[in-house]
Amino acid sequence: MDELVIEAGRTEQQYWKDLWVFRELFYFLAWRDLLVRYKQTVIGIAWALVRPLLTMAVFTIVFSRIAKLPTIGTAPYCLLVFAGLLPWQFFSTSLAEASNSLISNSNLVSKVYFPRMIVPAASIITNFVDFVISFSILVVLAAWFRFLPDWRIVFLPFFVLLSLGTAVGISLWLCALNVEYRDFRYIVPFIVQFGMYVSPVGFSSSVVPEKWRLLYAMNPLVGVIDGFRWALLRGQAGLYVPGLIASIVITTFICLSGAWYFRKMERTFADVI
Amino acid sequence: MAGFVIKVEDLGKRYKLQRTQSARQYVALRDVIVEQAKRLISRPAQSPSKIELFWAIQHISFSIEQGESVAIIGRNGAGKSTLLKLLSRITEPTAGRIRLKGRVASLLEVGTGFHAELTGRENIYLNGAILGMTKAEINRKFDAIVDFSGVQKFVDTPMKHFSTGMQVRLAFAVAAHLEPDILVVDEVLAVGDAAFQKKCLGKMQDIATQGRTVIFVSHDLAAVEKLCRRAILIESGQCKMDGPTSAAIKEYQQSVVETASLDLATRGDRRGDGHVRFVRIQLLDENENEPGVFLSGQQLRMRLHYKSTDSRPLVNCRVSISINGWGKTYFLASTELHMENSLTLPSEGFIDCVVDELPLSLGIYYLSPYIEVNGITQDWLESASTLRVEDGNFYGTGKDYPKGWEGKTVLVKHRWEQAGKPQLLVPNGADLSRQ
Repeated sequence: MDELVIEAGRTEQQYWKDLWVFRELFYFLAWRDLLVRYKQTVIGIAWALVRPLLTMAVFTIVFSRIAKLPTIGTAPYCLLVFAGLLPWQFFSTSLAEASNSLISNSNLVSKVYFPRMIVPAASIITNFVDFVISFSILVVLAAWFRFLPDWRIVFLPFFVLLSLGTAVGISLWLCALNVEYRDFRYIVPFIVQFGMYVSPVGFSSSVVPEKWRLLYAMNPLVGVIDGFRWALLRGQAGLYVPGLIASIVITTFICLSGAWYFRKMERTFADVI
Repeated sequence: MAGFVIKVEDLGKRYKLQRTQSARQYVALRDVIVEQAKRLISRPAQSPSKIELFWAIQHISFSIEQGESVAIIGRNGAGKSTLLKLLSRITEPTAGRIRLKGRVASLLEVGTGFHAELTGRENIYLNGAILGMTKAEINRKFDAIVDFSGVQKFVDTPMKHFSTGMQVRLAFAVAAHLEPDILVVDEVLAVGDAAFQKKCLGKMQDIATQGRTVIFVSHDLAAVEKLCRRAILIESGQCKMDGPTSAAIKEYQQSVVETASLDLATRGDRRGDGHVRFVRIQLLDENENEPGVFLSGQQLRMRLHYKSTDSRPLVNCRVSISINGWGKTYFLASTELHMENSLTLPSEGFIDCVVDELPLSLGIYYLSPYIEVNGITQDWLESASTLRVEDGNFYGTGKDYPKGWEGKTVLVKHRWEQAGKPQLLVPNGADLSRQ
């Protein structure tokens, strides 16, 4: 049996090995959250369908009928909204839950050993399941409007990966910050609300003037949402390539730095939580 | 040395105790920003918040071989739980290192991760996974776990419908079926009824005989003596002794006696608001003398002297005193059991608790008094005084306890009867002490 040495500042390589050793915990914690979430609700798992549908309906009425924001090309407005809503809801609920996940699981953190990254990761997985379920609505809608996607759909998995990366990166930052500075609990909902209006969820990013587009793309979600729209709506949305590259770069940076900061703070979690 | 499974080298853990004016527990980003800004603007002569460093454990070194059962004992606050947290990798050491050769499973709490909404079955999987078992392993052991816990009928009902006892039994059943190389157990046996505790102890003995290493932290000295041949005594964060269990227990009891002989009025480690404090405890016999030693069956008068910070009489008081030994409470005497109306005491004086026939056998016991005024705890001390008991004549037969049981039980008057035969009674004056 090989020897494990526990010493101040020395836990690096073992950690990544442990993530593999404890891999089943990803599944179990996500499974637990899903079960608990839907156990006592009347409509149960159907809730994952109702939420995005209602939001989409409201957005369509408000932004298209009332505010009369233009749609793009021939794509029906509600499809436009839905294609943007899907990754946004995944991102925002992931953020909200993951940032608080360590604190709500504080009993685990202080009594059992396992790599703590599994906790926010599990809540992201839970939301990903919801994402997949909501995706089925999109399929139904596309069939309804007879606006089925073309070859560009092949790129969808890539954009899904990008959205996952954004969610994971920012969640890791917020999760670690929240343990040390409890006021992040109030900052996060604010970020989410603010983000909803700043990101092209209810509208298309083509309304942003050309000279500001690159700056606008600093918001990593712009790249994600634009990408989703481009892949699902037969390229009607057009793809702003410099923005996409900016998104990829920023997302990678946030992920790596998030993991670094989380690991750095992890050694004090049990003491502070 | 080559066969070690755990080796601890000069281990230390330091915590920061932050004492700010507002004594807020969590740090807010807002405060950090404000403090940084303040520091830029002015140069304070002393920082507004003092950060005190506190070494929970320091310079601890020991080595444990495969298959050993080692107990870790010590007073509350000595550092035992911190040591376990370090061994379980829950927190990181500040100094020194730990070398482990084997998978560690820790039981620091019973039912970690249990969720009230999930069924017993689901919680078994969840808890098992959290403790480190794989799904396949849990599948394999599922029936054994349910059998051990005795909750077969309820395994598919949500846990919120379980009684606390059932939850504890299920939690321990899962933990008992872990097969780690090293098992670390922290006082979890303190929950559950006596029958279950016995079952748990039995299971731990099984684990030990299978050749696995067990580290056991407990206040129940009788259980410790039964399970472990070696014990490490931790006091104030340092390793005071590391050796055979009986010797470590003696050392531990000796330190308890030493604390008890400290001047009560000046002792600092007490709980409660402190407006009323115990200043002295006298142990008197029926003639109101202090004999120093008492005999089983003799009258014991415990005189608790107290003093209040002001001169108002104390209204609606409750005074109690527990008599403890071997990590357990033997009995509790309380005014609550005897006073019909609420008790009013003068602001300074004493109150006596009289036990007519002392139901304790040969040994050393320690007394922990407690006083409450108007529902608010005022003073609560552990081991405020020691009571030395020697052979007496509690049962009138000259024999107070079976061989080997001195100091381990409370004496209760009882008799034996056989159907159709006269009561097994020894004629007065017979001497059974030679048997």
